[in-house]
Amino acid sequence: MSPFRRPSAEPLWRDEFSVFSDDERYVSRRQFAKFLVLASLGMFVGNLWILVRSWFTRQPVYPTIIIARADEIPVGGVKVFAYPRPNDQCILVRTATAEYVAYSQKCTHLSCAVFYSAQHGRLECPCHNGAFSVHDGSVLQGPPPRALPRVVLERRGDQLLAVGMHIQAEGQRG
Amino acid sequence: MAEARQPEQRKGLTAIDAAMALIVVLLLVQIWLLTTTLETFLAGYKETALPAAIVSGLIFAACIGLYLFIERIDVERRQR
Repeated sequence: MSPFRRPSAEPLWRDEFSVFSDDERYVSRRQFAKFLVLASLGMFVGNLWILVRSWFTRQPVYPTIIIARADEIPVGGVKVFAYPRPNDQCILVRTATAEYVAYSQKCTHLSCAVFYSAQHGRLECPCHNGAFSVHDGSVLQGPPPRALPRVVLERRGDQLLAVGMHIQAEGQRG
Repeated sequence: MAEARQPEQRKGLTAIDAAMALIVVLLLVQIWLLTTTLETFLAGYKETALPAAIVSGLIFAACIGLYLFIERIDVERRQR
């Protein structure tokens, strides 16, 4: 017996066996085209959502805060601090005697916390083996699409201050 | 009679298939546009959001146009 019902003038209830399972799964061209147009609407709504977000997202305010004493961290050492908001974890690395760099600790791939690998001299993400240059935050390997946002540092005497953030849009590979 | 109708129906089906293929291509462009816009937005660039939304809207309008075309062809072929 065919799983499709043959066109007939007889009402369905008069059929000997009135359940046609394939009829229920059958998708006509017109239905499929409708699904595609609905998917297109979804994409458009997504783009509109980004547009609305871009209109209503305010520029973040970056306070100036003391994050560490200069001699507090040894060369190759790190310190984790929060900037600009209490929940935004950042990592400060002392790469040389008088050289400090700081980046957001959130991996640009899926927001795992990156750590400094002194062995490889780079910032690494343990989740998907992403790696960032410790010198400029650019992507060295793995799935991260963008460089790490860099914390702008200032040294005043013995103190290191965070004064802003620089979001690096280029996802260039090192 | 039914045989004479067949080439017409086949022509209609070809037109419908072509329109659907075009909708699929437009949808792929729209998916790419959305991911790229989201990527640039998350990277801190907001300038791309407006042109991307406009282009996405135009593509959506084109998809609706193609869908209406499919419906019209379908109805015409069924009526003949």
